[in-house]
Amino acid sequence: MISLWKKLALATAIVATPMAVATQAVAEGEKYVLVSHAPDSDSWWNTIKNGIALAGEQMGVEVEYRNPPTGDIADMARIIEQAAASAPDGIITTLADYDVLQQPIKNAIASGVDVIIMNTGSAEQASEVGALMYVGQPEYDAGKAAGERAKKDGVTSFLCVNHSIQQPTLVDRCQGFADGLGVELGNSMLDSGADPAEIKNKVQAYLSANPDTDAVLTLGPVSADPTMLALQDNGMAGDIYFGTFDLGEEIVKGIKDGVIEWGIDQQPFLQAYLPVVILTNYHRYGVLPGNNINSGPGFVTADGLEKIEQFAGEYR
Amino acid sequence: MSDASNVTPEVDERIKTRSRFREALIRPELGGIVGTAVVFALFLLFAFDSGMFSSQGVLNWSQVSAQFMIIAVGACLLMIAGEFDLSVGSMIGFAGMIIAIFSVTLGWPVWMSIILTFALCIAIGALNGFIVVRTGLPSFIVTLAFLFILRGFTIYLPQTIERKTIIGGISDAAEGDWLAFLFGGTLFKGLFQWLGDQDIIETFTRGAREGQPVVDGIPMLIVWAIALVIFGHILLTKTKFGNWIFASGGDAEAARNSGVPVNRVKVLMFMFTAFCATVFATCQVMEFGSAGADRGLLKEFEAIIAVVIGGALLTGGYGSVIGAALGALIFGVVQQGLFFAGVESSLFRVFLGVILLAAVILNTYIRRMITGER
Repeated sequence: MISLWKKLALATAIVATPMAVATQAVAEGEKYVLVSHAPDSDSWWNTIKNGIALAGEQMGVEVEYRNPPTGDIADMARIIEQAAASAPDGIITTLADYDVLQQPIKNAIASGVDVIIMNTGSAEQASEVGALMYVGQPEYDAGKAAGERAKKDGVTSFLCVNHSIQQPTLVDRCQGFADGLGVELGNSMLDSGADPAEIKNKVQAYLSANPDTDAVLTLGPVSADPTMLALQDNGMAGDIYFGTFDLGEEIVKGIKDGVIEWGIDQQPFLQAYLPVVILTNYHRYGVLPGNNINSGPGFVTADGLEKIEQFAGEYR
Repeated sequence: MSDASNVTPEVDERIKTRSRFREALIRPELGGIVGTAVVFALFLLFAFDSGMFSSQGVLNWSQVSAQFMIIAVGACLLMIAGEFDLSVGSMIGFAGMIIAIFSVTLGWPVWMSIILTFALCIAIGALNGFIVVRTGLPSFIVTLAFLFILRGFTIYLPQTIERKTIIGGISDAAEGDWLAFLFGGTLFKGLFQWLGDQDIIETFTRGAREGQPVVDGIPMLIVWAIALVIFGHILLTKTKFGNWIFASGGDAEAARNSGVPVNRVKVLMFMFTAFCATVFATCQVMEFGSAGADRGLLKEFEAIIAVVIGGALLTGGYGSVIGAALGALIFGVVQQGLFFAGVESSLFRVFLGVILLAAVILNTYIRRMITGER
């Protein structure tokens, strides 16, 4: 019997340890929570985590990053409710699905928490829910700008490699690109899944089935890295017109090597860093910029890659 | 844990005496009860003033736990009957999307959409069960196939029809619908307004809802969870059918020989699991007003985890609905509570693994005591 009690006690100790650690980590100052819609597997959000951590350190405030582990937006709504219940000074969140997230966000604002919308969403939606401002890159417009740029370069058909087809914003990018080119999206969007080997093989299969494809558009490092490998394998690297959303170490290398024409930088660092700074100054001194902030799109080409190379994946 | 032999028989050597403590351990719920007590004690200790036990905080983890409970009841009964359903998560996404397509895209009345969706999803559950009992294949494989099939349709259908993967506007369609209220409404609004007016619970301090209580009632989601737990518990412990469920999962051949309609029991349990998944989906769609192709990812495992924490055996024939409900409560409280306690969210999985492992070890120990195997 004694041994059983011992085991129970041991189990309790094991469960309690991380909490004891956690309670020591609480700092002084204002507290801000950033809630994203990204699943754990999406490494792009590392820049966001670094961005709020840096801002928190510089401003002397406590920051936290929260996300639904599988990227389920309904779970994200619960996380926002939960964040509001823990009574922080402000919440920084994406608006990945307006219908689902609007009520939790409105409730948070009504219970006295200031909200800034970042990354996903739009300026209109941000003001509709009553957020202070929107910091980010309007996705459809960014896609369209990219499409128009590609059209100028003579592209008439394309493949859009979508690694997370459930997310409406990623579909918006493909749709915008198609509209910018002036062609139907149709079968040009490939549901690639997030597994690198799968993406690589699907891209190769698509390109061998549709050899007259002019351009490839990827929507982030998750799909860009394996796509680059696929193009190197089938000899189309450097030949096919290749554009991508977002930056990452491999993408920067690709741009340098001439495999990738351009990368669309939405500067996630700003999306994470600025809201923390803005909220802190708003709460300390009552100052607030009078407009929304577009952190992107900026086209990154082979010119002036130095800073980007240095900080790719960390702050860029 | 081989110290069972330490208890030396003194009175009658033919009857093995067991201490009360050991006697109590043999209940499948015990793991869940101990776990619940431990989890609440820890969070009361470490997260008491973090807002976790404010009315908003309580509602938050109750809702998450209620969600787990709804699917755990179905998964629990099915597991006791000796089968798995890995298509629960995909079924949640699928059911929500079908409701959205019927009610928004096709413009049918919401009550009709809900009823038709229930019929369709329960039929798919029956098909799952039918394939399992007819082919004799492991349910693990059959339902794994449906995990992909249903998820595929959930992405394909809205993509083809609406050119997007999220269909919104269900709230507008459901306005004033009697059946929609049964899934997305809240009860006791007056009582909560009164509580808010009396300053017993907090109220909103600004905006359009100023003066209204932060918690405006009991969501139907929680009512459904409690109702399903009560139904499942009575079905399992107080009816002949409940005995059949145990018998089917314990030893299907022996059960058949003693006249239990094992195949029918199993198919019905697959249908019930599908029903629970559809309840989950309908509540979610009615609350949030939109259906997305990524809803319900990995929920099948969360249901199974809740059931296992609650003391059921993966091999079937043993378990309890109350235990599964407590497992769901532990799961929900831990998941949301870690945030209140300020733990890095990536550690959530570490916790989950530790709890799951502890629960399974405890359950194995209990089974050995019952069956006497070493």
